[in-house]
Parts: sequence; structure tokens; C-alpha cells
Amino acid sequence: MPWGEFKDTAAERRLFQSRAMVMLVFVVILIGGLLVRMYQLQVIEHEVYTTLSDKNRVQVQSVPPPRGLVYDRNRILLAENRPVFSVTLVPERVDGMDQTLSQLGGILDVSEEDLERFERRLQEPRRPFQEIPLRYDLNEQEMARLAVHRHELPGVEVKAELVRYYPHSELTAHALGFVGRINRDELQRIDPVNYAGTNYIGKSGIERFYEDLLHGEVGYQHVETNARGRTLRVLERENPIPGEDLQLHLDLRLQKRAHELLDGRRGAIVAIEPATGGILALASVPGFDANKFVTGISVKDYRELSESRDKPLFNRALRGQYPPGSTMKPMLAIAALDSGATTRDYTIWDPGYFRLNDSGRRYRDWKRGGHGWVDLMDAMAESCDVYFYEIAVKMGVDTMYSYLSRFGFGEDAALDVSGALSGLLPSREWKRAMRSEPWYPGDSVNLGIGQGFMLATPLQLATATSLIANRGTWAEPRLLKEIEGDTPVSDYLPDGTHEPLKLKNPGDWEYVVGTMAEVMHGRRGTARRAGDDAPYRMAGKTGTAQVFSLAEDEEYDAEEIRERLRDHALFIGFAPVDNPKIAVAVIVENGGGGSSTAAPVARDLFDAWLLEFPASEDGALVGSVDAGGEE
Amino acid sequence: MALNDFVDSTAANPLGRPRGIWSALHLDPILLFLLLILVSGGLFVLYSGADRNIDVVKAQGIRLGVAFVVMLVFAQLDPSVFRRWAPWLYGAGIAALLAVLLVGVGAKGAQRWLAIPGLPRFQPSELMKLVVPMMAAWYLSRHFLPPRFRHVMVGLAIVLVPMMMIIQQPDLGTSLLVGMAGIFVVFFAGISWKLISAFVALVSVSAPMMWFFVMRDYQKQRVLTLLDPQSDPLGAGWNIIQSKTAIGSGGLEGKGWLQGTQSHLEFLPESHTDFIVAVLAEEFGFVGMLALMTVYFLIILRCLYIAVTAQDSFSRLLAGALTMTFFIYIFVNVGMVSGLLPVVGVPLPLISYGGTSGVTLMAAFGVLMSIHTHRRMISA
Repeated sequence: MPWGEFKDTAAERRLFQSRAMVMLVFVVILIGGLLVRMYQLQVIEHEVYTTLSDKNRVQVQSVPPPRGLVYDRNRILLAENRPVFSVTLVPERVDGMDQTLSQLGGILDVSEEDLERFERRLQEPRRPFQEIPLRYDLNEQEMARLAVHRHELPGVEVKAELVRYYPHSELTAHALGFVGRINRDELQRIDPVNYAGTNYIGKSGIERFYEDLLHGEVGYQHVETNARGRTLRVLERENPIPGEDLQLHLDLRLQKRAHELLDGRRGAIVAIEPATGGILALASVPGFDANKFVTGISVKDYRELSESRDKPLFNRALRGQYPPGSTMKPMLAIAALDSGATTRDYTIWDPGYFRLNDSGRRYRDWKRGGHGWVDLMDAMAESCDVYFYEIAVKMGVDTMYSYLSRFGFGEDAALDVSGALSGLLPSREWKRAMRSEPWYPGDSVNLGIGQGFMLATPLQLATATSLIANRGTWAEPRLLKEIEGDTPVSDYLPDGTHEPLKLKNPGDWEYVVGTMAEVMHGRRGTARRAGDDAPYRMAGKTGTAQVFSLAEDEEYDAEEIRERLRDHALFIGFAPVDNPKIAVAVIVENGGGGSSTAAPVARDLFDAWLLEFPASEDGALVGSVDAGGEE
Repeated sequence: MALNDFVDSTAANPLGRPRGIWSALHLDPILLFLLLILVSGGLFVLYSGADRNIDVVKAQGIRLGVAFVVMLVFAQLDPSVFRRWAPWLYGAGIAALLAVLLVGVGAKGAQRWLAIPGLPRFQPSELMKLVVPMMAAWYLSRHFLPPRFRHVMVGLAIVLVPMMMIIQQPDLGTSLLVGMAGIFVVFFAGISWKLISAFVALVSVSAPMMWFFVMRDYQKQRVLTLLDPQSDPLGAGWNIIQSKTAIGSGGLEGKGWLQGTQSHLEFLPESHTDFIVAVLAEEFGFVGMLALMTVYFLIILRCLYIAVTAQDSFSRLLAGALTMTFFIYIFVNVGMVSGLLPVVGVPLPLISYGGTSGVTLMAAFGVLMSIHTHRRMISA
């Protein structure tokens, strides 16, 4: 059939025209429908979508404040902030976590521990699109390698972060404390707003105590981000307020010397400036590298530290509770004089032992044959035990407790030293409560030479020593010297609550100080060797604390045990006698006698403080450096 | 300007004599002018949608240039050529679709391309958008119109066979457009309203069957997401939420060219391909959308006029179907981006970047121009 031959073309044309009209109407209606839809979205619901669009692109980010710096008294940096580059992953943006991790492992040095920690964090609840760190502290080569491969690794980012750094790591670890990652418990405690961008928090020491000051105030920025969350530009910014810089009483040089003096031994030294209570040195040896703790210590390193028999993590200066031994004698002498249990002239015969009654048990003097006739001066100089047995019994526990507690024993008297323990000052009540036994006169005998139940920390010993140096005036020990800026220190240091120890005869202070000077300079003073040839006069008291028992659950090592059962060597003292600049407490664990081991350490510190760096006030160091020119 | 003046500009030449350069080139100046407005405006939007990537604009420019050449070539061919070739092209098309299903290459789980050595990779389904209406028009115009029931059935079969084959690839968008192109031929041929009602009823009934037996899971997901985009705000719902946000935040006058935050901050997916209309809506607002729709409407109006003034049934049916296919592109794309229709891969005609659809569309306009410029002097 040829095209169109028998067809009614006119009718077909009319049919088509009518159909085309229908289609035109159809098109008009549908295009109208689309335009109505557009009108609905763009005009009627415009506000809604504008809000959505703004919310889409603008995000509020918190800007963490830089942590305040910490200086020593000569403005030497003890704690600073250092930029550290780390690799982080945003799980939402990573395609193929396993593959990405293995690829990163080929580019960087990623340890098993890094991976474990990462996996752990991955399981923990977190904000969406929050990055999880994989490796900290990248070196330059790793950064370069990562830059090359970065485009292949979506969701992998390099973050720069200011991280705490302790340039004198081991020296300051116990005194300053350190910061570490905020943990779950701390998360409950901190202000979520102010810590919104902060990853680190003070874990111990100054870092913990002055956390509020050091942290600062969080800042904010409104940033425009793209759909993948990458920041494109900052629209608005409110800068964070940096944490306050702190200056401590600590003198790094003295701190260093203290560490050197104890090197190779276990022990602690606390040095206090009596006039201010400022802690000049707070050494606990062995120490550890606090920097390792900042970004998270490895399991292996931590195990090594925590399982070491030398307990480097243990802060002996604040938490080591030792029987103070004969270093209690100056305080007991004050107590005995003031309470009338003895007088300056009171003399006893020391046969080498003491008995409460004629048939009683013998309490030995450290000197087998006894000291013969001794008065208080002799008893101090020679550290005669029998004299103190007798006055202790005369005073009784209540008097001794009352005086010793006013020296700060049995409490943590320090103002801003976190984690200090309070030792143990026994009393009648304490014994009844803890041991369900009455206080026996024999207990008083033991307390008379600082043995028995009594325990004290090196910090407490130094505090009590500085009270004697001050002749009864309290200056609670403290680390903070100055807050850089307008804030007065007194706003942050807790108030000292200790009444001065006033004696009925204030001259007794001088007398007891004199007996302590006799220890150092007297012909028969126990520390006369340490006090030899000094251009200044010093006061001191040696002590030797018996180590009664030691939990030795480790394998038997005769050599080791013999060493660890040796007496602790102690010494307290201050110098110069008339205008005390420094008061110290020294303990060398298992060091043997106080006179032979601990006293020379103290003498060295006195020399260092008084002779070697005498002008220890602000600016003196800077001046001396400036002066050290070619001329 | 009255609508009549506008559509009658060439019809005012009753003898249809070759007149001036336009007739010599077999081009329709009005349609050409409208297409050039659309395409040049589209390149501006594309520059923004592609985030100022001038290479994308250049590539699109080249592609459009090729498409214009294709249009020019098609316009030179007499409509009778299309009619004579229709069965052969249809047969070849079906064979190619079969080949695609058997040995085709593809990406993202779909098999759409045929790689014949020595030829550029091509997508046979794209050609079917032209070939299927040609074949349907060829078949139906052989008989008296309106068609008998038997002929309608055969006509529908001509449409359904390639449609089902394309669905298998799977490519719902193209299948839909091919199907629509064929159905429009049947409609223009004069299928009775009774039958249309019956078909509508049939489709309504078979829709649930499609749901269970034909549609893939991801296609179902798109429909579900359309109904409730918030159910999957980061997955399938993301596109719809973000494109609605882009459109809505554009407001009456828009944020200005290159100022759209939704697209430039990468919230809007496929901002230079299927979702480019959202870029336009965000940056030029309701005013811009109104302008775009006006240009599109004028093109459709001109093409319908060409169809109505065509001289034989085959030309009329083909011209009408191609016009409506063009419209369906617009409606489906804008409807999808504005959240009225499920997300199917249909580009915005002559503005979206890439694909062979631009070439196909311009070829269709070439056919329309051919129909218009090859009218015999003897007019019915």
C-alpha cells in the first residue's frame, strides 16, 4: 500500500491537531506544576531552606587555649608547649579501614601499640566525624612521605597540636607533675564547654593543682566547611584566653644538684626557703621522663617503670612515709622544754639503755656503752637516745602529740602540692581505734626517738625544720611564687591555717637551734664531719631509721635483701643558723647512718645555695648571663 | 508579540519555497535561536556547577559543537529517509541491545555500553530514543488513523521490547524515556480515550507487580527515599535533602552566579550533571527557574507547531513524539531534583554535563528541522 493513497489525510491532520492540543495543555499543566513546586521551595519555604543551608556550611569549632607555661624562680622554662604532628583518621571518611591502616603502616612506623590504642578508641563512644589519633610525634621524613600519599588516603589527616613538653624531664617530673590525655573519669568532672577542644589535663603535681589557671578559656570560631567537613575559611573567631604562666619557687639548679647528690641511690630531698615556705627543691630519685606520659606511654615502658624495684614513679618526697628516727629530737626537745619535762640544765646518766622500771625491758641506746652524763645539749649533739626515752615518758603521749602536730606532723600542711601524704602521728585515740589497745608507756619510749608507729614524709620533715629555722613562725610550704599577669598569688594559694608555735620562753628556740648547731659544729656532734670548715654556721640533726620488715615477695637474693634491710639515712637541717635561707630534709633509703650518708648531702646543698649560687633572686641569673661577655 | 506571529513566521510562506540561508541549510531559525540561548546560558551554569572548572565547560562546548553538527546533518536528510530506514534501524537497535546484554561493558553494576573495535564506545539504548518513535511512527502511519486495536497492540509491542531490554541493563531512566517516546507516537496516532483509560488502569494495577518483579532494590530504595528523605539522611536521602536545600535557599532572586554555597561547598552531589538545575535555582532563584522554564516552553511550543504543520502522518507522529520526549526529560529531571519524583539518572536537556543525551537531543532537533524544511510545495 503506497503511503497515504487511500487515507483521509485531512481527517488525520485534524486528529493530530486535537491530540497536539491535548499535549500542549498537558505540557502547560506540568511545567506549571514544576514552577509551583519551585515557588513553594524558593519563596514560601525559603526561610526553612536558608536556615538549613547555613547550618550546613557553618560549623562552630572550639579553639583550645594554649596551656600556661611554668618557670622556675630564675625564669627557666620547666614546662612548655611544643607543636607535635600526629596522624588522625576520621572513620566516617575512610573507605576501607583495614586497607587504609595497612597502607599507613607502610608509610609510617606504626607500632602494635599504636594500632591497639587506635582500635580501642574506635570502639569508644565519640562525636561523629571526630578524628581518632593513630600516631603522635611524626618526624619530618614521615610527614614528607605522608604528604606524597595523602591523596590516596581519604579520611587521613595530619594534625598539629600543642603538646606539653618538659625540657628537664626527669628532674622535674615529681615536682611539677605532668599532663596526660583526659580520661573517662576526668571527662565527668571537667567543664565540657571550656574543655571542648582540650585533649590534655594535669594529672599530678603543679599541673594538676593549678589546672584551672594553666588551662585558660576556650575560644570559638565559626568556620565554613564543605560536605566532607573540611574547613574552608574562618568566618568569625573569638580567641581563646591562654592559660596563665606560673613561676615557681623551685630552683632548677638546686633541683639538679639534689638529683645528682642522690644519683644511683633511692631517696628524696626537700628544700624549703623558710621565710616564704617556697619549695626550692623537691627531688625524688629515681625519677622518670614525664614526657613519655603526655601523649600516652607505651605499655612496655609503663610496665618497666611500674614494676621496677626502685619504684621510679613513686614520689618519695611527698608520699614516702618513713620512721623519722632521731630527726624528731629537735621537735621533741622543744616540746620537752616548753612543757617543763626537762630544762637546759637537767642531766641524766646514760648507761647505754633505758628501763621504765627496775625489772622492765631494756631500751637500748644506739651507743652500746652509753653516753654517760648528758644534758640536753649533749643529748642532741650526740643523739643520745636514753635522754629522749626519759623525757618522752615524762611528757607522755598527749603532750608529744600536741607539740608534734603543731609542727605539721600527721597532716598535709603543704598549700599547693597535690598528692602529699600526711604520714602518721600516733595518739592515744589513734591506737585505741586502729589497734584496739591502750597506749603503753613503752610506746612513748619509742616515740621519743621517732620510732614505733610514727611515720613522716620528707616534705613534713622539711616543713618542721623550717618552722624551727623560723623560730616558730609558720610558712606553709608552697611551689607557686608568682602568676604572670594581674592575678595575685594569694587568690589561688589556699590560706595558711597554722598558728605560730609560741613558746613560754621564746629563748628556747635559740637554745634548741644551738643544740642543732652543735650537731654540725660541736666537738662530738654526729654531723661534725659534714659541718667541717663551713664559712657559715648551720643547724641540723641526723637520723637513722630502722627498717623492721620489708615485704619481699620477690625471689630470694641475699645480696639484695641485705641491702634493702639496711637502715634509712636521714638528715634535717637549715643554714645559716642566724638568718636561715634554706631548710632541708634528706632521706637516703637503706643508706645506713644519717651522719655518714645524709648529712654530707645536706651540706652540699647548703654550700650550693649559700655559696655557689647565692644571688638567687629574680633576674640575677639573667644578669650574670649578660655580664658574661668578652670583657 | 502575539503567539500566532511567533509560530507563523515560516508558515507565512505558503509555497514553502527555499527562501534565504535558513532554508538552504534546512535550519529553523526560531528553534535554532532558542537552542542557542539555552545552550549558552547552560554553559554559564555549568561553569558554576563544575566549581569553576573551565576544562569541564570546554569539553561540554566541544560536545555541544559536535551535537550541533549532528543536528545539521540530520536536518539535511529528507524525512522519507527516516521513514524508509526506520525498520532497519530498529532491527539493528534491537540486535545491539541484545549484544549489550550478552557482551556489553559497563560500570557501577550496569551494562550499557557496546565496545566495537575501531569505533568509540557507544550506548545503543541512547539511539533507541530516536529509533523507537521512528519505528512506531513508521508502523502506525502505514495504516488508517486512528489505529485499530490490533495496530495499537503491535505499536505497543514495538515500544515494549526495547524498553524491557534496556531495563535489564539496568537503566530505568533511559528505558523510561524510550518508552515514553514510543507511547507518545501511539497517543498522537489517535488511540481512543477508552483505550487510554484502560491502559492507565492497567498500569496502575501493574505498578505493584513492577515493584515486586521488575524493579531492583536500589530503584525501590529511591522511591522509598523520595517519600521520606529523612529516613536515610546521609545515604540515599542526602541528594534530595541537599538539592531541596539548594533550591529553597536560592529564594526569589538567588544567591548570585558562583555564589551558591550548597554546590561550591560540595553539599550538592552531581552538581554539574544530573543535579545542575539545583545550582541554577540556588544561584538565580525563582526568577532564573522561570526564565529557564520559559525557554524550554518556547522550544516545545515551536516543536509542536512544527509537528502540527508537518505534511504526512509519519512526520507528524515522529515530530510530536520527539517533542514530548524532550519535555519528559525536563519534567523528570526537574521533578527529581526538586523532590517530586524518585531519583533516576535523567539529565537536564542541553545543560547537564556529559553523556550522549546532548547528541541524541540535537539529532532529534535535526529531525524536527528536517521535517519542517522539507515540506513539499503542494500543501494539503
